[in-house]
Amino acid sequence: MVRRSVGTALGAAVAALTLAACGTTGPAAGGAGGVTVWALQDPALNPVEQESIERFNSGTDGRAKLETFVNDPYKQKLRVSLGSPNAPDVFFNWGGGNLAEYVDAGKVADLTPVLEADPELQSAFIPSVLETARLDGRYYGIPMRGMQPVVLFYNKKVFADAGVQAPRTWADLLAAVDGLKEAGVTPIALPGAQAWTELMWAEYVLDRLAGPEVFQTIRQDGPAGWRDPAVLAAMTKLGELLDRGAFGANFSSLTWDDSAASTLLAQGRAGMMLMGSWEYSRQLEANPEFVEGGDLGWLPFPAISGGEGDPGNVVGNPTNFYSVTAGAPEAATEFVSTTLHDPEYVDALIAAGDVPTVTGIEDKLAAAPNADFTTWVYGLVRDAPNFQLSWDQDLPAADAEYLLTQLQEFFLGNLTPQAFVDALASR
Amino acid sequence: MSTVHQRPSLWYAVPAFGFFGLFAALPMVLVLYLSLTSWQGLETPAFLGLENWSRLLTDPAARESLGLTVLFTALAWAVQTPVALLIGVWSAGRQRNRAVLGSVFFIPLLLSTAAIALLWQSLLNPNFGLPQAVSAFSLPQFLGDPRLALYTVVFVVSWQYIPFHALLYQGATRAIPTTMYDAAIIDGASRFSRFRLITLPQLRYTIVTSSILMVVGSLTTFDTVLILTGGGPGTATRIAPLYMYDTGFVGFEMGYASTIAVLLLVFGTTVSLIMMRVTRFREMRSQQEGQ
Repeated sequence: MVRRSVGTALGAAVAALTLAACGTTGPAAGGAGGVTVWALQDPALNPVEQESIERFNSGTDGRAKLETFVNDPYKQKLRVSLGSPNAPDVFFNWGGGNLAEYVDAGKVADLTPVLEADPELQSAFIPSVLETARLDGRYYGIPMRGMQPVVLFYNKKVFADAGVQAPRTWADLLAAVDGLKEAGVTPIALPGAQAWTELMWAEYVLDRLAGPEVFQTIRQDGPAGWRDPAVLAAMTKLGELLDRGAFGANFSSLTWDDSAASTLLAQGRAGMMLMGSWEYSRQLEANPEFVEGGDLGWLPFPAISGGEGDPGNVVGNPTNFYSVTAGAPEAATEFVSTTLHDPEYVDALIAAGDVPTVTGIEDKLAAAPNADFTTWVYGLVRDAPNFQLSWDQDLPAADAEYLLTQLQEFFLGNLTPQAFVDALASR
Repeated sequence: MSTVHQRPSLWYAVPAFGFFGLFAALPMVLVLYLSLTSWQGLETPAFLGLENWSRLLTDPAARESLGLTVLFTALAWAVQTPVALLIGVWSAGRQRNRAVLGSVFFIPLLLSTAAIALLWQSLLNPNFGLPQAVSAFSLPQFLGDPRLALYTVVFVVSWQYIPFHALLYQGATRAIPTTMYDAAIIDGASRFSRFRLITLPQLRYTIVTSSILMVVGSLTTFDTVLILTGGGPGTATRIAPLYMYDTGFVGFEMGYASTIAVLLLVFGTTVSLIMMRVTRFREMRSQQEGQ
C-alpha cells in the first residue's frame, strides 16, 4: 500500500505541477467542446439524467456525457480531480460548506450572470433551495434533482402485526420500539457500517431538543460549541435509545449502499428506518410490491416534549446541485441553464419518485403516480421553518470525517455521551 | 570462456533504475516534501515545517493505528507461517490425492483481493450471510463487533495468502535431496524426527523469505481492510495504511497523510532490514549436493 499511495500522491503532485506550469489551462476533459457530467450512481434517477443529456445532445452540437459514481468514493474522486487538470465540466454536489471549499479554491464558475440574464431560470426554483448554493452573494450551482429531507420510514404491516402506533412523539417512538421488540422484529434498521446514517439521528435529536442554532454555532465558531449542554442531552437521549435495543444487534454490520437495510425494512424484518427521502426511489426500484401494496409508511421525525426546536424543522439535503468548473466549455453552462428546469426533465424526476425543487409543481405532483409521498415531502419542506444541511456536508471535510468516526465509536458503546462531547470539543 | 564471466554492461540496468527512480524514489521524495506541508488537494501545498511531525507524535489516533498494524502483522505471521509450512510440506508429496487436494488449496491464489474481500463480507453478513443461514447457532458479528473485527481480517488475509506461501514451501521441500531422507530412514528416524531434523532446517531460508514477504505485506495491507471493514467498526481495524488513506482521501489533509506515509515507509524498511540482519539472509548458503 505504501507504494500505491506513493503512486497516487505522485499523480496528484505531478498534476499540481502540470497545472502550475501551464497556468490557467483549466479542465481539459472532453476535448472539442465535449462536456463531462459527473453525478452520483442512482438506479432510479440515472436513466432520467441520461435522457436529459441525450435531449441536450440532439438539440445542440455540444456533446455531453454522463459518468456516475457511488457516494463515498465520489467525494474523493471529485476532490482529487478538481485539484488536477482532469476535472469534470459539470459536477454533482451538496451545496453549503462542501461547495464552499471548491469555490474558495477558485475551481467553480460563478453562475450569477447566467441567472441574472435569465429571470425565468432564476424564478424556476424555490428560492430557499437555490440559497444553499449561494456563497458570498454569488450563485455557484443549479438544483439538479429533488429535495431530500430525512424522514422516518416504517413498515405499516409490521406495525399492524405488532399492534403498535406510528410514532408522533419521542414517547410514541419508545413505545413502538418496545412493541416491535416484543414481536421479534428489529425496531429500527440502522445501516451503522456507514456512519452518516447514524449522524441523521444525532442531527434530528439535537434539533428537536434545542433548535438549529446549536449546530450553527459549532459550524461558525468551531469545536468549542460542542460543549453546549444540549449536545450532551441529545447524546444521552440517543444513548437511551441504543440501550433499549432499538437498533437491534447487527447494526454495526449493516450497510445502506448495498440495499441491505432497505431489504430488511421491505421484508418486514425491521420496523422503521430514518433515511433521506431518496429511500422512496430506492424502494420503488428494488421492492415495488412493498411500495405499491401500501405497506411503506412515512412520518416526520417525532417531536420531543419539552424540546425547544420546532417539530416542523427538517434536516437532510435541501437538494443536489450541478456546478460548472472554472474554465469549462460554454456548452457546460448552457447544459445547466437549459436542461434542469425543462418540463420533460422535471416530469421524469417526478415519475421516478423524486420531488423537484421547481416552483409551482403542486398540481403536477398531485397528478403523478407517487402523489401520496411526493406531495407530502413537498409540503414538509415548503412549511419547514428551517432546513439544516447534513452536518457532514456542512463542515470542512477533515472535521466531518473526525465527527463521523467519533459518532460510530459512540454507537458502538465505546464512548459515553460525555466522552463524545469531550472528544469533539477538544479537537 | 572469459567472455562468459565478464560483467554485463551497466547500460542493461538503465531501464530498471529509470523505473525505480520514476515510480519509487521520486514519489518517496515528493511524499517527504508533502509531509512538511499543508495541502487540501486543491491549491498549492503550503510549507509548514515540522508541524505535521509534532502533530503525529501527539496524535492518539496515529498511535492506535500503528499499534493495530503491529498486532495485525504479528497475528498474520503467526497464523500463516505454521499453516502454510504444513500444507506446503504435505503437498510436496507425490501422492495423487495430495496433488488433487493441493490444487484445491491453491484456489484462493487465483482470486483478486477485492473479490476475496467482497466474498467474505457477504458470507459474514449477519442479516443475509452465513450467520443468518445457521441462525440456530447465533454466530457472533465477525465484522460488526469491534473486539472480533481485527481477527476476522487476519483470518481473511491468511485465507488469501496461505496458498502462496504454501507454494513456496512446496517447491523448497521438493528441492531437498531424497538421499537425506533415505539415510535417515536407514538410521530409523521417525516421520516426525525427519520433519524436525531434515525438512525444517532445510527450509529455514524459505521460512525467512516467506516471513519477510508476510511482514512487509501485512504492514502495507490496505485493500482487503478497506473493502471488508473500512477500518471500522469505529476504529477497530483502522491500521496505519488505512488511517493514512482516511486522512488523505476522506479528510483531505494530504500533508498530514504524507507524514503518516513517511512513517510507514521508514517503519517498513527498518523492520525488513532488521529481519534480514537477524536471519543472516545475505549469508545464505545451500547445503545441497554438488554446490
